[in-house]
Amino acid sequence: MEKRVTFKGWLLPLLLIAPQVLISAVFFFYPAGQAVWQSLFIPDPFGLSAQFVGLGNFEFLLGDPYYRASFVTTAVFSLLVTLCSMVPALFLAVIADRLIKGSGIYRTLLIWPYAVAPAVAGVLWMFMFNTRVGVVSWYLGQLGYDWNHVLNDNEAMGLVVVASAWGRISYNFLFFFAALQSVPRSVIEAAAIDGAHFWRRFFGIVLPLITPTAFFLLVVNVVYAFFETFGVIHTITAGGPQQATTILVYKVFADGFVGQDLGSSSAQSVILLLVVGLLTVIQFKYVEKRVHY
Amino acid sequence: MKKYLASVIAASTLASPLTASAQTEVNFWHAFTGRLGELVAQQVDQFNASQNDYKVVQSHKGNYSETLNAGIAAFRAQEQPHILMVFEVGTATMMAAKGAVRPVYEVMAESGASFDQNAYIGAVKGYYTTTDGDMLSLPFNSSTPVLWVNRDAFKAAGLDPDMDLSTWENVGAALDALKAGGEDCPLVTAWQSWIHLENFSAYHNVPFASKENGFAGLDTELMLNGPAQIAHLTAMQDWAKEGKFIYTGRRNEGGANFRSGECALFTESSAGYAGIKAEAEFDFEVRPLPYWKAVTEEPQNTIIGGASLWVMSGHEADEYKGVGEFLSFLSSSDVQAAWHQNTGYLPITAEAGEATRAAGFYDQNPGTDVAVKQMTAKQPTANSKGLRLGSFDQIRGIIDEELEAIWAGDKSPQEAMDSAKSRGDALLRRFEQANG
Repeated sequence: MEKRVTFKGWLLPLLLIAPQVLISAVFFFYPAGQAVWQSLFIPDPFGLSAQFVGLGNFEFLLGDPYYRASFVTTAVFSLLVTLCSMVPALFLAVIADRLIKGSGIYRTLLIWPYAVAPAVAGVLWMFMFNTRVGVVSWYLGQLGYDWNHVLNDNEAMGLVVVASAWGRISYNFLFFFAALQSVPRSVIEAAAIDGAHFWRRFFGIVLPLITPTAFFLLVVNVVYAFFETFGVIHTITAGGPQQATTILVYKVFADGFVGQDLGSSSAQSVILLLVVGLLTVIQFKYVEKRVHY
Repeated sequence: MKKYLASVIAASTLASPLTASAQTEVNFWHAFTGRLGELVAQQVDQFNASQNDYKVVQSHKGNYSETLNAGIAAFRAQEQPHILMVFEVGTATMMAAKGAVRPVYEVMAESGASFDQNAYIGAVKGYYTTTDGDMLSLPFNSSTPVLWVNRDAFKAAGLDPDMDLSTWENVGAALDALKAGGEDCPLVTAWQSWIHLENFSAYHNVPFASKENGFAGLDTELMLNGPAQIAHLTAMQDWAKEGKFIYTGRRNEGGANFRSGECALFTESSAGYAGIKAEAEFDFEVRPLPYWKAVTEEPQNTIIGGASLWVMSGHEADEYKGVGEFLSFLSSSDVQAAWHQNTGYLPITAEAGEATRAAGFYDQNPGTDVAVKQMTAKQPTANSKGLRLGSFDQIRGIIDEELEAIWAGDKSPQEAMDSAKSRGDALLRRFEQANG
């Protein structure tokens, strides 16, 4: 039986949700509405004139094979970033959870990378893998591997994925660690008495119990990979080589703020909005079914 | 502390009406940092000290793209500066924005400040004037690509560093010999599209785009997939395959490789002079950009890169008078000559070039006049006046992508340039639609 608290009258509840509604309206609905509106026009950069083109911007975009290819790039990129930021984070959290001494220091150190801004992280990784002065590429060269992410698609993708996932590991670690701490000891001890070894206990008991956290992180990380990684891409590859690392959000930025093509840029953000909305719906509809609260 | 604060406030309120009310403020947004930023600040200070009616306030707004964006965003919010620095790639965007900018020739005529647009050298002036010969923006910093030679690397590979490198045929032979002599990085480049396509086309007097490279109309199409360009890119692709041309990135990343002494030849802007002179610990030399003897008997002129100053609309008449005075000051021969000698940018007025020569600068810094000669050797043609293409920043991005496909061996030069043409033309049509 669910317990519900109900308000009498309308005024107080409206007042209580007003700040949230106001913030959403100003920072989300208004700009999103603007994007939808502008996506129907081809304006000049200075806003002196605009031509109504209906769905012309969308036709132009979807007719462009390079734009369509960018969906695949984005899918690969987001999947890799999510995997590379969640799996190591979970592994580190499990290990930290087993620590008895010094876990405070370990935890603090692991959180540090989260404080580094994406663009700065991008520059750090770019220097490490710089084809000329990079430390890592120099060692790779010593091992006989010729690292060249300025021309090699896969190396470029690998580099931006690692640079984007790196800072996120800290964030995911925090959540996983907190989730692991809240798993009741009694259940684990009971399993141990039954003779289940560590990994059996982990996959049979701990993992199912932390699925709500894992699900939350999945949603958040996918959104991160879609929207917040353009700083990393801008500093490391600028979308290249060729279009190997041009993800959707980077193209929104490049077309809007480099190309001054605000109509196309708005149309792209509308498409992006739909894609992420759809993805979130799918996640909540299908993946969440496997989550035990 | 309180007393001190109070006196500061009192002093500032006393002082400010005297300075602020008497002077008209002129805002100037530019894209220079570091040494160049200091030099711009110096020019502004010098102007402010030279008269009492106007005060120019300079501010740095990020790199070229960011500065243009800041100007556009400010215009939309009606907070635009009086003078905005825009790189050459943004020229078509600014020209098309008729309601947002005021043509420089008009501002200068109204302000009554002394100004002669014919003082500017042809290749510079042509880039920023209409087909009727009216100057729309004031040329500020201009450079052109040249060939940088590491003489020590030539000697190490057993080559004569004084060998003739004026043609790509000779450079090709030199690259073979350098490679055979154990050189790991015979050739690098900066700004690949600007040097190996845009300037290449002008230098060989072939069109880069139809309609006089876009000067004669917005209905222009790219023509970078012609036989001359394809021949050059095919040679470059072979060199890349054989490890004689090393690709380092879309911007001027190759500069680090050259300045450290790792590479033998480097195609880069003449404005690379300051950096190379400061860092290179080897004997270096500037040579004219090579041309293909098979394509042309004699090269045309190269075109410029750099930025110009645009005057934005929506300000008061007396403020435009200040703008006129400041621009007139900037175009004076002394200011120009000092700028040229300090930065390695071209002397953009003929007088500044002569003053520099007379002062013996070229004798003391050999090679600094190579770029000047290369640009002014011939009267510019319709193919070598410059480029005026909308969405050009994006088109350059497309060209970069296609060139990367060539260097990686994924596409033939013809396939890549055909694709660059069709993708670029689509953007040109959009620009035409937005601004037509």
